[in-house]
Amino acid sequence: MKVLMKGNEAIAEAAIRGGCRAFFGYPITPQNEIPEYMSCRMPQVGGVFIQSESEVAAINMVYGAAGAGARAMTSSSSPGISLKQEGISYICGAELPCVIVNMVRCGPGLGGIQPGQGDYFQAVKGGGHGDYRMLTYGPSTVQEAVDIIYDAFDKADEYRVPVMILGDGMLGQIMEAVEIPPMKDPATFPKKEWATTGKGYGDTRRIINSLYIKPDELEEVTNRLFDKYKIMAEREVMAENYMTDDAEIIITAYGTVGRIAKSAVNILREEGIKAGLLRPITLYPFPEKEYKKLAQRKDVKMFYCFELSMGQMVEDVRLSVDGKKPTLFYGRTGGNVISPEDIVKAVKSEVK
Amino acid sequence: MEEKIIIAGFGGQGVLSLGQFLAYAAIRDKKEVTWLPSYGPEMRGGTSNCSVVISDKQVASPIIESPDCLIAMNKPSLIKFEEKVKNGGTIIVNSSLVDIKVQRQDLNAYYVPLNDLANQAGNVRTANIVALGAYIQISKLFTKETIEEVIKEQFSKKPKVIPYNLKALELGIEAVKVSV
Repeated sequence: MKVLMKGNEAIAEAAIRGGCRAFFGYPITPQNEIPEYMSCRMPQVGGVFIQSESEVAAINMVYGAAGAGARAMTSSSSPGISLKQEGISYICGAELPCVIVNMVRCGPGLGGIQPGQGDYFQAVKGGGHGDYRMLTYGPSTVQEAVDIIYDAFDKADEYRVPVMILGDGMLGQIMEAVEIPPMKDPATFPKKEWATTGKGYGDTRRIINSLYIKPDELEEVTNRLFDKYKIMAEREVMAENYMTDDAEIIITAYGTVGRIAKSAVNILREEGIKAGLLRPITLYPFPEKEYKKLAQRKDVKMFYCFELSMGQMVEDVRLSVDGKKPTLFYGRTGGNVISPEDIVKAVKSEVK
Repeated sequence: MEEKIIIAGFGGQGVLSLGQFLAYAAIRDKKEVTWLPSYGPEMRGGTSNCSVVISDKQVASPIIESPDCLIAMNKPSLIKFEEKVKNGGTIIVNSSLVDIKVQRQDLNAYYVPLNDLANQAGNVRTANIVALGAYIQISKLFTKETIEEVIKEQFSKKPKVIPYNLKALELGIEAVKVSV
């Protein structure tokens, strides 16, 4: 049955249904409903909720809980996610699974509290130090966010990587009808033979670490990480093609801008302009092949990327399109949101 | 069918919850809906608004550039949003608090003394439900029965306030019947 839920609350419930039993967070707008909901719900399912003294503490609690084998999660918004970067890098280095939600607001600095997409680089290129990536999703509806986070802990466990959900203030605040999936049974989750569960368990000592002094050892670890990322790129890429079959103009956008762009495609089609939408759902690994496929098509004239930033994802779009077609960009910042009409206007000015 | 509504007023006038009532009604009628609040460092007495999109199909954009209907619970809201309403659209004005008229000639303006009718219903806090009554009577988007069910469901933990709200709904419906 579908229920009406706020994005933040639906995401929190879906995380619990997906097996999350440890949540550590620190308040920041516009994601406060996630920790609020968790504080009420975690005790009901026998889980742990801690409002930590800072974002740095929260991410390190995730590090600890994940190391002990728990399905652990934290959420925050842009400035708070910046504070977590050191911990995220350590978690990646130690190959621990966890889920991190970023309900992005506009920046830089404290910025504002309205929606933004300026954290794309931070999420997909590595916001912390060192060579690492995270499996990163940019859901565009509450339902999509729910479905992604429901399986996010399985994905994190499978690859032993953090999963990052890159939302924005709008996705967190919006209410929509959602189908919340049934509770997963933690007894069915695969055993974590590497987890530090206490003295006397297992055959060997288990150590969680991200320090490798010997260059060859560290290189081996780094290679292992990137082998995993390669597998992720083969198996986990998700993107939505909307009316791209006969499209001459490929609009591209992710997250909430992705759904706004869908409205724009509908309007443009009504006016006889052959527009389509390519919407990445995984931001890392990036759906390169989808872009390449479209870029090779003769009838495709151009790509037009829309973001709530000065142009971040567009760099990956351009790398994928590889100069085969012109790739234009339109962005708004400061918390201003692109409307379907803005997109229609921008596209029409190129068509005429 | 796709109906876009902006509801705006002072914080505390029940602007956001009015939008939620519409969203709950939409779910009840198996329609697709998005409810998007303006969120910010706003407080009681500040301004507040929400955007509700109700559709037969999945709602693509929750952002409303030009609404089919504006419910203006106070004067700043009317001034701010009047120009955005689409051609031939509807504005419901809270004439208890707004002493100006809709400027545009192409719009269907309804002046409803929301606060006075809410007082008549027994509680000034039901002004948003009066507006809801007026809205469903004008738009014919939901039946009175649907909204009554939503009110009963949403106030199930505060049963004392249900009669005021049902009365407010009734008064809202009647108010625009007269003016038509």
